Amino acid sequence: MFRNAAAISLQLMGPLQRKKAGASVTRCLHQTLTMAKRVQARRLDGIDHDPWVEFVKMASEFDAVNLGQGFPDFPPPDFAVEAFQHALSSDFMLNQYTRAFGYPPLTKILASFFGKLLGQEIDPLKNVLVTVGAYGALFTAFQALVEEGDEVIIIEPFFDCYEPMTLMAGGHPVFVTLKPGPTRDGELDSSSNWQLDPTELASKFTSHTKALILNTPNNPVGKVFSKAELELVASLCQQHDVICIADEVYQWLVYDGYQHVSIASLPGMWERTLTIGSAGKTFSATGWKVGWVLGPDSLMKHLRTVHQNSIYHCPTQGQVAVAQSFEHEQLHFGQPSSYFAQFPQAMQRTRDQMICSLQSVGLKPVVPQGSYFFMTDISDFKSKMPDLPGDVDEPYDRRFIKWMIKTKGLVAIPVSTFYSVPHRKIFDHYVRFCFVKDESTLQAMDEKLQKWKKELRP
Amino acid sequence: MFLAQRRLCSLESRAKFLKTIYSSKILGLPTSAKMSLKITNAKRIEGLDSNVWIEFTKLAADPSVVNLGQGLPDISPPVYVKEELSKIAAIDSLNQYTRGFGHPSLVKALSCLYEKIYQKQINPNKEILVTVGAYGSLFNTIQGLIDEGDEVIVIVPFYDCYESMVRMAGATPVFIPLRPKPVDGKKWSSSDWTLDPQELASKFNSKTKAIILNTPHNPIGKVYTKEELQVIADLCIKYDTLCISDEVYEWLVYTGNKHVKIATFPGMWERTITIGSAGKTFSVTGWKLGWSIGPNHLIKHLQTVQQNTVYTCATPLQEALAQAFWIDIKRMDDPECYFNSLPKELEVKRDRMIHLLESLGLKPIVPDGGYFIIADVSSLDADLSDMKDSNEPYDYKFVKWMTKNKKLSAIPVSAFCNTETKLQFEKFVRFCFIKKDSTLDAAEEIIKGWNRQKS
Repeated sequence: MFRNAAAISLQLMGPLQRKKAGASVTRCLHQTLTMAKRVQARRLDGIDHDPWVEFVKMASEFDAVNLGQGFPDFPPPDFAVEAFQHALSSDFMLNQYTRAFGYPPLTKILASFFGKLLGQEIDPLKNVLVTVGAYGALFTAFQALVEEGDEVIIIEPFFDCYEPMTLMAGGHPVFVTLKPGPTRDGELDSSSNWQLDPTELASKFTSHTKALILNTPNNPVGKVFSKAELELVASLCQQHDVICIADEVYQWLVYDGYQHVSIASLPGMWERTLTIGSAGKTFSATGWKVGWVLGPDSLMKHLRTVHQNSIYHCPTQGQVAVAQSFEHEQLHFGQPSSYFAQFPQAMQRTRDQMICSLQSVGLKPVVPQGSYFFMTDISDFKSKMPDLPGDVDEPYDRRFIKWMIKTKGLVAIPVSTFYSVPHRKIFDHYVRFCFVKDESTLQAMDEKLQKWKKELRP
Repeated sequence: MFLAQRRLCSLESRAKFLKTIYSSKILGLPTSAKMSLKITNAKRIEGLDSNVWIEFTKLAADPSVVNLGQGLPDISPPVYVKEELSKIAAIDSLNQYTRGFGHPSLVKALSCLYEKIYQKQINPNKEILVTVGAYGSLFNTIQGLIDEGDEVIVIVPFYDCYESMVRMAGATPVFIPLRPKPVDGKKWSSSDWTLDPQELASKFNSKTKAIILNTPHNPIGKVYTKEELQVIADLCIKYDTLCISDEVYEWLVYTGNKHVKIATFPGMWERTITIGSAGKTFSVTGWKLGWSIGPNHLIKHLQTVQQNTVYTCATPLQEALAQAFWIDIKRMDDPECYFNSLPKELEVKRDRMIHLLESLGLKPIVPDGGYFIIADVSSLDADLSDMKDSNEPYDYKFVKWMTKNKKLSAIPVSAFCNTETKLQFEKFVRFCFIKKDSTLDAAEEIIKGWNRQKS
């Protein structure tokens, strides 16, 4: 052990001496001999890499318009801001802990609101858990139900955290890919064109399959799964006794008359589905980090156990604001004045504007039925500029993004990030844009695109 | 659109076809029997479902009960904290995601504050992580650094989540109790409860990954001395273990005592994660913001856990917290600084609570820090006969009886013990004194009434 430690100390001495100039050699050695054993837990193996770090850094270094990360750059609706203001300045006891599993008025309104939507009697105490964002809800669900030996079916492309969360829980991810059908010449691709092959999907279920994670509307494709598609997934889940984790954070962001369907509302599915939602995406307030899970008590009790052994309580005031915001919406729901109607209408216009603009430089958007995002096909660029600078094994879309940030001043996200490692080289010709942005951001984008367009002319 | 619909139709018919093929009726399997077979919880949470707080908070929720149980201040946070908070709602950028490992202005403030205390440079981005309460820091630390098969030394009594989090990580908690020294004639103090150095040394072995230290200590209120910490530090270095130091009550230290950070001892910075809490620092438990401070080679693993669990904490409150810190950082030697004024305010409440408990004939342990007092209640000889069939420890029954019959709630100290040590502490009950005067007045009324009943 000391031989190893001495070797380590030789390696560490350099940086340490720079850090602690003047410290005695003995103390230095003493400190470098610390933690000779491996320090991190094995559950972190393979999940420490953060694909976003590099792009976030680059976006700030270059004067670039950020159409990458999924958050609005406009304020939440007035009623939500007022609700938060009120939560922060009324009863000072709201500065203290609330009920661990959810601020009671919030769980009550979530139960009544979603009970109607799902056609299900929802008990605010047993069927609702408030979490730190939908991200926290996903983590809680995986930890509660997935363990070593379990398989989790993940539909590609997927929101990148599903894979590491499966791995951290000791599970084995099994991927099935959404594949685009052919598009007619001159027609734009649509997210509805991206489908699962039913036979392929069925083949992924084994006796080890514990859960399937379904994201609808889907990030990054923007696909809104149809009732028929959900029925297929539902029947397989029931057949194989599998839990469905339904990530429905973008449920209100649905365009072109498409309908969001919650798989938990299908016959036989409430008992085996966890439906995850997000206040951040619902009320354009991603920084509040309030999410929730709805499900049967037989599953929820396990999530509660994880919750009480991980963070225990969620911050109170954010929950108060979300409760009030939902109460406001409940009064307007179904009417033209509803934020849940107005917001997607406005975003559809932004989507169309951005799709139009990006086409002018040769990007080929895949029109999304829902969500905050659309992908654009960059195959033409790949054939015209195949050798963009990057690391040896770096997928094309990552290299394209770096080039685009540096030379065109626009940030987007390489879609290969949302694929399993073996598939990254195959699906390396799409980049994802977030269109839930302010008019001024779109104008700034247009300016960059004008410049780009000029540079395209020979 | 038409093409999409056509494709949808073909998908629908294929789906129906497959549904028929896979129908359980054809396969001869009854659906209901299959449904319950696999949907079981992950083993990591086996046995961790019960929780003392869930049970007792429910009990104390009755508004007619004077709640001295859960560590929840019913005093208002300082005025300037409330002011910063109300300004926050007007800043739109705070409604969206911030940096995952901690809002920039907050980690900067924390770095500035703690650099003064640690007397060393602390990198705000690499050596600090902001978490969902100190609870979240404990979780990130244990998930990040403790592995299946590891042993973790836990000092009894312990804040109850230490045991469950260690077990959830697949590790084995190894317990060592604080033992009381005999006291003759003088008041029983938290400093009379100590670890036997030889007993402590015997708990360390090659499998020991970490020791969890809580100073000031919940529930006893012990503030570990430099000498006591040196014993722990020496063992950590000798056995190459980590030290997880839960210092949420770091500012709540009473006259004659000093909070000492084990991470400042030679050889300890490199192996210690020190945890702090906004909730306990500024009396805002509902903000659920905490932090871990340590060397990057440890913090980076907590950051990995963060990016796979909550990713980021709420933005607005982090900004409000940063602003509150800047106000107090500027006046750390001022009696007006909350880090100085709160312990002064609480020492008065502590003394009042001690006096009240003594008037009942109890011998409370005077805490040197924190905001709890424990006392042996067996001399009250409460009539717990109607609970005699329950196999709950004495203090559980006592608290339930006291809540029901005296409308006063507290927390049973055996909840902070492992199975083997429950008997050692089952006569003790924990009272929280970070309560406004009217709450303490109401407690005083109940105790006076109780005394009258006794005589």
